[in-house]
Amino acid sequence: MEVNQYLEMFIEESKDHLQACSEHLLELEKNPDDLAIVGEIFRSAHTLKGMSATMGFEDLADLTHKMENVLDAIRNEKIHVSPEILDVVFESVDHLEEMVMDIANGGDGKRDVSSTVAQLKRIELGEEAIPEVVGTTETPTTAVASTLEYDGFEQTVISQSAEQGFNAFEISVKLREDCLLKAARVFMVFEILEKDGEVIKSSPSVEKLEDEQFDQQFYVAFVTKESAEDMQKKIMKVSEVDEVIVAAIEPKQHSEKEQAIQEVAATATVEVEVKPATVPEKNNAAPKPATAAAPAKADKSHAPVGNKTIRVNIDRLDILMNLFEELVIDRGRLQSIATEVNHGELNETVERMSRVMGDLQTIILTMRMVPVETVFNRFPKMIRQLSRDLNKKINLEIIGAETELDRTVIDEIGDPLVHLIRNSVDHGIENPTTRLAKGKPEEGTVVLRAYHSGNYVFIEIEDDGAGINREKVLAKAISKGIVTQEQSYSMSDKQINELILASGFSTADVISDVSGRGVGLDVVKTTIESLGGNISIESTQDVGSVFSIQLPLTLSIISVMLVEIEKEIYAIPLSSIIETSIIRSSEIMNAHNQKVIDFRGKVVPLVFLEEIFEVPRKEPQGDEFHSVVIVRKGEKLAGLVVDSFIGQQEIVLKSLGNYLTNIFAISGATILGNGKVALIVDCNALIK
Amino acid sequence: MTNAVEQESIKVIVFQLADKEYAIPVSHVQGIEKLMHITRVPKTEKYVKGVINLRGVVTPIVDLRERFELPISEHEETTRIIIISLEDMEVGFVVDSANDVLDIPADSIEPQPEVVGSLEEEFISGVAKIDKRLLILLHLEKVLNPLK
Repeated sequence: MEVNQYLEMFIEESKDHLQACSEHLLELEKNPDDLAIVGEIFRSAHTLKGMSATMGFEDLADLTHKMENVLDAIRNEKIHVSPEILDVVFESVDHLEEMVMDIANGGDGKRDVSSTVAQLKRIELGEEAIPEVVGTTETPTTAVASTLEYDGFEQTVISQSAEQGFNAFEISVKLREDCLLKAARVFMVFEILEKDGEVIKSSPSVEKLEDEQFDQQFYVAFVTKESAEDMQKKIMKVSEVDEVIVAAIEPKQHSEKEQAIQEVAATATVEVEVKPATVPEKNNAAPKPATAAAPAKADKSHAPVGNKTIRVNIDRLDILMNLFEELVIDRGRLQSIATEVNHGELNETVERMSRVMGDLQTIILTMRMVPVETVFNRFPKMIRQLSRDLNKKINLEIIGAETELDRTVIDEIGDPLVHLIRNSVDHGIENPTTRLAKGKPEEGTVVLRAYHSGNYVFIEIEDDGAGINREKVLAKAISKGIVTQEQSYSMSDKQINELILASGFSTADVISDVSGRGVGLDVVKTTIESLGGNISIESTQDVGSVFSIQLPLTLSIISVMLVEIEKEIYAIPLSSIIETSIIRSSEIMNAHNQKVIDFRGKVVPLVFLEEIFEVPRKEPQGDEFHSVVIVRKGEKLAGLVVDSFIGQQEIVLKSLGNYLTNIFAISGATILGNGKVALIVDCNALIK
Repeated sequence: MTNAVEQESIKVIVFQLADKEYAIPVSHVQGIEKLMHITRVPKTEKYVKGVINLRGVVTPIVDLRERFELPISEHEETTRIIIISLEDMEVGFVVDSANDVLDIPADSIEPQPEVVGSLEEEFISGVAKIDKRLLILLHLEKVLNPLK
């Protein structure tokens, strides 16, 4: 399935957001007047809404949206927090959790939440929640984890469906012995079943059935309004089906059977597919529970997600990395010892060890580094959906998806990007008619660009839309009290642009599902700043906007050129380097107290690293030739004069720690093969 | 360690700088290392000797002699780097030698004498006298402070 690779991320992130929601709700219960907490819950809900809409889980998005409305009303002090309201919100979160669990287990996240939704709506409209049976009885049991509970659920389903006039059947389907496409037949049988009712479970499990891991026969527990006879006839219509036996299940009989199945399951021969979230609630008040509850999807092809990876704490990876680096240092020593001793077997062993360590290094490093692709890949679908929702024509271009970023950054950057892209699409790109009127192509373009530059990774979101209407923004900011009239006179265009990132700011007059109500952008700013990055906005009205996110390469591997000055070794990031060159002293010219050279027709200022870094030198260098590294920052160039070039190397970026911060023109350090520390030159600081 | 014990004595690392003995609570000491290659970091305070690779962690090094403006001496065989951990910082101190680990009875610690008059005065949190040895207890926050 197309979205599978993001599904995992979505599930993990959703769980995190729901966890955050629950925690903050509990806090809110203690301090009902703290609106900051409401804001936190609101943000989590908002992100969850965005993500689930992107992933196409409408029910999830819908319920979140309803919940969000209530939270918004609380935040704007339209309604006050009361225990009843909190109950309903808690219930919604529970539902959301169940939905996410269902998705994680391979389901489709559908669930009957109509009563909760109704209550949320009532609250939103200002009525008190009715703390009636619905709210309390419906609260799903929390124990989703154990099989026994599921069985309880299933029994409930069966007895419940009986009360509702449904029939519970156990259907045994036998395929012909010469059946070639067993999985296809199974699929067809399920399709028929699910048209008329709900499959509660099957034996073997659906995955096994789909993998054809069964002989000729399989069993399905099923609730429907149809009669046994009709069902049997319908299933028999599937070709290559040999025999269909439909037997009614008595609730009690079922539980015995349950027991049996469970025992078998314990011996790991039979797996039982259970879909907890699709099970109707123990709740008679909800309208048409069994049918509306969860028409289980015909294609249960989603295998359970989330078992192929484990989440490892980044700290552990850090430790692993540090330990590994120690090994690298020892390897360096061993190698030099081996060279000295020149013992055949020793040399061989050291060499083999080096090779293994090389592989190990690659693995450890790649464990942390993730191409931004993993985040970017979910956007095309999102854009497609958004353009449909908004009736806009939008083309998304992705550039530099292979740019690698540290996992910590990747994890954090997803939400802000979702917000920014939604913002660009919703507020930036105009309607096709407006665009044509402005003389622009009908189709708007959003460019998502990632690249390394110096010690930073830049991610840019560029649209050719309406741009920022600075007058409107300013007026709004003044009316919202974000800036004062006086302040506004002295603000630069850029500052005004960035007002849209301020908390509590939104230019959209209508609250839309797409980019929300101004929670998005201030969250974006906070998140990016918490990563040590920053965000800037360039915008020209009617031409478009560029949101540029600058992120530090916290811990990442970069290619550098090692250079030597006297006895000191410095690393210059390769990404800043244009080329290296050797120049004669006579080529150096003076311009305004600045030494410059003519580099391919351009006047390039020279920076003597020896002076900048105050390298102690015993005797002045009388060399006629100078080694120069030409570096760039944007369009500007500079020539860094060094003693000699050592070579290119992949290094691990290390911070200088919390004691030494803001060292001029040094962005970090690295540990060389010989165990010594080399400093990394921050070219951006050297170019004015 | 129970509170009672803590009140009675503190465990300290004793080290030598010029002709005096100093003490740092063991709880702040991460380890003691032999002198290793220090990479100079430009444009820092003079007493910041640079950074070392401490098992994969780049750790800044402060020369305590220079920090206290004592006469500079050549590094010798006994020279040690004491790795200090304070809040979220890790810093190594270059000292002449690491002498001892001692339990100092709490009641033997006295406030610093006011006559000392040298720069190091402001870094002292107290002195302890044990068997004719005078130990100067360092105020680590202050030693590290001026560099933010």
